[in-house]
Amino acid sequence: MSDENGVIYRISGPVVTATGIRSRMYEVVRVGHEGLMGEVIELHGDKSVIQVYEDTSGIRPGEPVVRTGQTLSVQLGPGLLTQIYDGIQRPLPVLEKTMGTFIERGVDADGLDLEKVWDFEAAVSVGDEVAPGAVIGTVQETETIVHKVMLPPNHSGKVASIESGSFNVTQTVCTLEDGTEIQMMQKWPVRTPRPYHQKYAPDTPLITGMRILDFLFPLAKGGAAGIPGPFGSGKTVTQQSLAKYSDAQIVVYIGCGERGNEMTEVLDEFPHLIDPNTGKPLMNRTVMIANTSNMPVAAREASVYTGITIAEYFRDMGYDVALMADSTSRWAEAMREISSRLEEMPGEEGYPAYLSSRLAEFYERAGRVETLEGEDGSVTVIGAVSPPGGDISEPVSQGTLRIVKVFWGLDAGLARQRHFPAINWLSSYSLYPQSLDQWFRDNIATDFPEIRTEISSLLQVEAELQEIVQLVGSDALPVDQQLTLEVARMIREFFLQQNGFHDVDAYTGLEQQYKMAKAILTFQDSAKKALAAGGLLEDVVNVPARTNLMRDRFEPGYVDRVDGLVDEMNQQIAAAAEEN
Amino acid sequence: MSGKEYRTITDVKGPLVFLEKTEPVAFGEIVQLRLTDGTMKNGQVLDTSDDMVVVQVFEGTAGVDLGSSVKFMGDVFKLPVSKDLIGRILDGAGRPRDGGPAIVAEGEADIIGAAINPYSRQSPHDFIQTGISAIDCCTTLVRGQKLPIFSASGLPHNDIALQIARQAKLKDSDEEFIVVFCAMGITAEEYNFFRSDLERTGALENAVLFVNLADDPAVERLITPRLALTAAEYLAFEQDYHVLVVYTDVTNYCDALRQIGAAREEVPGRRGYPGYMYTDLAMLYERAGLVKGKKGSITQFPILTMPGDDITHPIPDLSGYITEGQIVISRELHGSGIYPPINVLPSLSRLMGGCIGEKTTREDHKSVSDQMYAAYAQGRELRGLVAIVGEDALNERDKQLLDFSGLFEDKFLRQSRDENRSIDETLDLCWDLMQNISTKYLVRLDQKWIDKYHPTEKK
Repeated sequence: MSDENGVIYRISGPVVTATGIRSRMYEVVRVGHEGLMGEVIELHGDKSVIQVYEDTSGIRPGEPVVRTGQTLSVQLGPGLLTQIYDGIQRPLPVLEKTMGTFIERGVDADGLDLEKVWDFEAAVSVGDEVAPGAVIGTVQETETIVHKVMLPPNHSGKVASIESGSFNVTQTVCTLEDGTEIQMMQKWPVRTPRPYHQKYAPDTPLITGMRILDFLFPLAKGGAAGIPGPFGSGKTVTQQSLAKYSDAQIVVYIGCGERGNEMTEVLDEFPHLIDPNTGKPLMNRTVMIANTSNMPVAAREASVYTGITIAEYFRDMGYDVALMADSTSRWAEAMREISSRLEEMPGEEGYPAYLSSRLAEFYERAGRVETLEGEDGSVTVIGAVSPPGGDISEPVSQGTLRIVKVFWGLDAGLARQRHFPAINWLSSYSLYPQSLDQWFRDNIATDFPEIRTEISSLLQVEAELQEIVQLVGSDALPVDQQLTLEVARMIREFFLQQNGFHDVDAYTGLEQQYKMAKAILTFQDSAKKALAAGGLLEDVVNVPARTNLMRDRFEPGYVDRVDGLVDEMNQQIAAAAEEN
Repeated sequence: MSGKEYRTITDVKGPLVFLEKTEPVAFGEIVQLRLTDGTMKNGQVLDTSDDMVVVQVFEGTAGVDLGSSVKFMGDVFKLPVSKDLIGRILDGAGRPRDGGPAIVAEGEADIIGAAINPYSRQSPHDFIQTGISAIDCCTTLVRGQKLPIFSASGLPHNDIALQIARQAKLKDSDEEFIVVFCAMGITAEEYNFFRSDLERTGALENAVLFVNLADDPAVERLITPRLALTAAEYLAFEQDYHVLVVYTDVTNYCDALRQIGAAREEVPGRRGYPGYMYTDLAMLYERAGLVKGKKGSITQFPILTMPGDDITHPIPDLSGYITEGQIVISRELHGSGIYPPINVLPSLSRLMGGCIGEKTTREDHKSVSDQMYAAYAQGRELRGLVAIVGEDALNERDKQLLDFSGLFEDKFLRQSRDENRSIDETLDLCWDLMQNISTKYLVRLDQKWIDKYHPTEKK
C-alpha cells in the first residue's frame, strides 16, 4: 500500500481513524467510497485521526482513505460577494442544484464559479516589478465593490505579460519573468492568517448607527467585540443590525450552528435592504456562511476559519471588513465535541484545554493593518456568545472577554421589559474611547467625549437612586434627585432604546446621536433653572414640546429639526416656571 | 451483508454491548441480538473499528450474556414510509402497536434525516390560530415554526398541547393538520389520556402515533422522535400535508442521551449531559419548517418539563437557543386556578413579527399585543410593591395597572379547555379589558387604532 492511499480503521461519529497513509497535520483527505471530505487532526504512529465534514453513517472500516496533499483551503477571487456558503465554502445554491432541498453528502463544489467571465483591467504593465500582495488588476465585482486582483503572498518578480480583457478565474491573466502564471483565483489555507506588513493601533470608530454602541461603547475599525447574552435577549437581531448598518465596506456574516430559518430571513431580507452608506443593496458587500445547528459539526468548527480568511482577503485589498460570528459558543461546542471523540483530557466544563488559545488566535486575526501593498485595511470581529443559562462565568464567555476590548452585555431582564437593544449600560464596556476620542472631537464635536461621560454618569447615578426608590418610593426623594431620575428615564427611552425594525429609527448618524444626547442635557439644565425659579417638577417634565422632541425622532430628517425642537422645549419650560 | 452471526461479545455495560473481531461493520448499522434463551433484541452501532464494535441495544441489555449472538443487518436504521401511516399507532421502534398489519412501504427513509439546505428554506409566514388567546395574541404560532412548551411536573401542559392539536387551523381555512404524536418515556396513564382525547375528537384518524412509554427501553427513546420526524417529513414534503408534530417529553429523551453518554464513559458536560446535546437536539428541532417548491410544512410543538422549574437547566436552556421561541407554563398561575396557566412574560415567539398584521391577523394586532404585554408586566411588578407599601400608596395610573393585571389573568388568560376563540374575538377581548386603563396611559397603542377599535373612545 502506498503512502497516498490508506484504509479506515475506526469510525466514531464525525471522527474517523485511518491507517496506511502518511498524512500531515491539517491535511485534507477523502474518506470512504463516497469520498467524504475530512481533515487530519491527530497522528498516532501509523494512524491518522480525521474529522469528517459530513455525516459518517453507513461508512465501514476497510473503506479507502485518500490524501489530497493540501490543507483545508478556500478559493479566493471575484465571485465571493453576494454568495452564501456552508462551513467549508461550498455554495449553498450549487448544493441545492446538485442535491435538492436536503444536504446529502459526498458532493464537491467549488467556492467560486469557475466558468463565470469577469472583466479584468490590468493595473501594472509589462516590465513592472511586483511584490507579494501587489494589486495587478481590478474587476468590478458588484455595483459597489471593486475587487482587486492581488499577487499571492508567496510570489514576486517582474511582469512578463499582462492583459486586460474577459477571463474566468482560472485563466492566466499575468505571467512573471520566472514563468509563474497568475490567475484571478488564489487559494489560502484557512487556519493560517494571511500576511501583512504591520498592525496599527485602531483610531477610527466602526459606525453602526446604534446609539448605545456608537455613543457609549464604541468599537474601533480593526477591533474585536463580544456580545454575550442568554436566549431571547436579541443577539441575532443585534448582529443582523450590525451587518446591515455598520459602515464597513465588506461584511462577512457567519451563521455558526444557529437556526436555519434565521439564515433564510437574512437571505430574504438583505437583497431588498439598502446600504445607508452607499445607497445600493446590502447584498453587494456581503458574504454569508451558514452552517446551521444540524449541519455536520466538523464543518461548523471550520466555518469561522473559512469566514475570517475571506475577511482577511478583502482586508488585503485595503477594505474595512466587519465579520460577525453568530455564535462563537457553537463553534467552541464543536471543538468540545471533536475533542471528546478524540478522548482528550478535558479542561473546564468538558471544553478542551486549548479553548482559550483557539479563541485568542481567532480574535487576534482582527486588526487594522498596513497591507503588503501598503494600503490601510482592517478586519473588525464581532462575536456573539451564548452562555448557558445566561451565566457569563462559563469558559467561552470568559475566554472571549479576556481578549476583546469591547463587551456588549445583553440582558434578559431588559429584553423582558421590551427595552431593545437589550444591552446593559451598567455592565457593558469599551476600552476604545481613549484611542477614538480624538476622532470624535475632530469629526463630530469637540466636546463629544465630555457629553458621553456626562450621560454615562447620569445612568450610574440613576442606578444608585433606584435602590433607594425600591425601598421608599420616588416621592420620598428630593426634587433635584427626582429630576435626575426623569433625565435618566429620558436617556433610556429616548436615546438608548432603538427600534431595529423601524425604517427611520433603526439607523442614527453620529451627528444626530450627539444632538440627541445634548438635547437631554439641555433639558436637564433648563429644568434645573426652572425648578430653582419656583417651577413645579410635574409642570416642567410634562411640557408638550418635550414629548414632541422625543416622538419626532421616528420621522425622517430629524437631525435638522432637533435644534428647533430643543429651543421650543426650553421656552415652554421657562414659561412653566413663570406660571407659578 | 453475509448475515453471519457473531458470538464475540467481550463486555456488556449498561445499554452497550462491546464485541470484537467482526466483518467491517458500518457506523450506524442496525444490529440484531439473539440471546441464549432465543429472545431477540435490536441495536445500533455507535463505534466501529477493525478490533472492536460498540452496539447500543434499544431494548436494554437485560438477559444478554457473552454467549449471545450478534447479527449485522447491513444497513442503517430506516423507516418504511407510506400514506398508510396516517391513523396508525406504532411503538417506539416503529412496529405496529395497534394490532394492525405491518406498514406496506412506499419507500424507506433514513431516520437520521439530512439537514435542510438553508438556501432551500422558505420563511414561515402563515398564522396558525390555536384558539387560545394568550398564544394567538402574545406568542403567535406560525406554520413551520418550532415552538416548545416549557413546563414542569404537575402542570397541565398535556391539556394545552391537546387543545392546540385540536383547534389549530389557519385563519379562514378548514384545512386540517396531520398530527404526528411522539411519546418519549411518558406514563401509560398520560398516553391513554392523549389517545382517548384524540379518539374522542376523531383526530386519531388524522394522526400517527409513535409511543415509547416509561417502562419501554430508555435507549429506544433516542430513535422514537427520529422515526416520528421522518414520518412527518415524508408526509409534509412528499405528500403535501401540513404536519403538526407534538412530542413529549424532551426531558426524558435527554436523560436517555445522558445514560448512553455515561455508559460510554464520555466526558460529561453540564449536569452530566453530554457535550453534544445541543447538536443532538438541533437535529430534532431543525427538522421543522417549509421548503421552497413544496406545499407541505412541519410545525413542531415539543413539550419539556423543566427539572425543578429551572429555566436555566441545560434542557430548556439548549432548547431555547435552538427553537423559535417558547411558551412558558407557570406554577403560580396554575396555583391560582387559571387555565391555561401561560406566563406571557418569559414566553416568546420569534417568528411572530413577520406574520401578524393587516394581511394575516388584524391591523391592530402588534399594537394591542405590545400594550397588553407592557401593561400586564407593569401590573405584575406593582404587586410586589403593594405587598410592601399597601395599595393606598399607589397613584391613579398604578392602581389601574394593578387592577388590569388581575383582569388580564381572569378574563384574558382564563378560558375553558374547549373554548376556541377566533383571533378577532381575542383582540376584541383585549380592547374590552384595556377600557379599564385610561387612554392617556396606553402609550403603546397607536392613536389610529384607539380611534377605530376602543369600545368607548372610538370615533
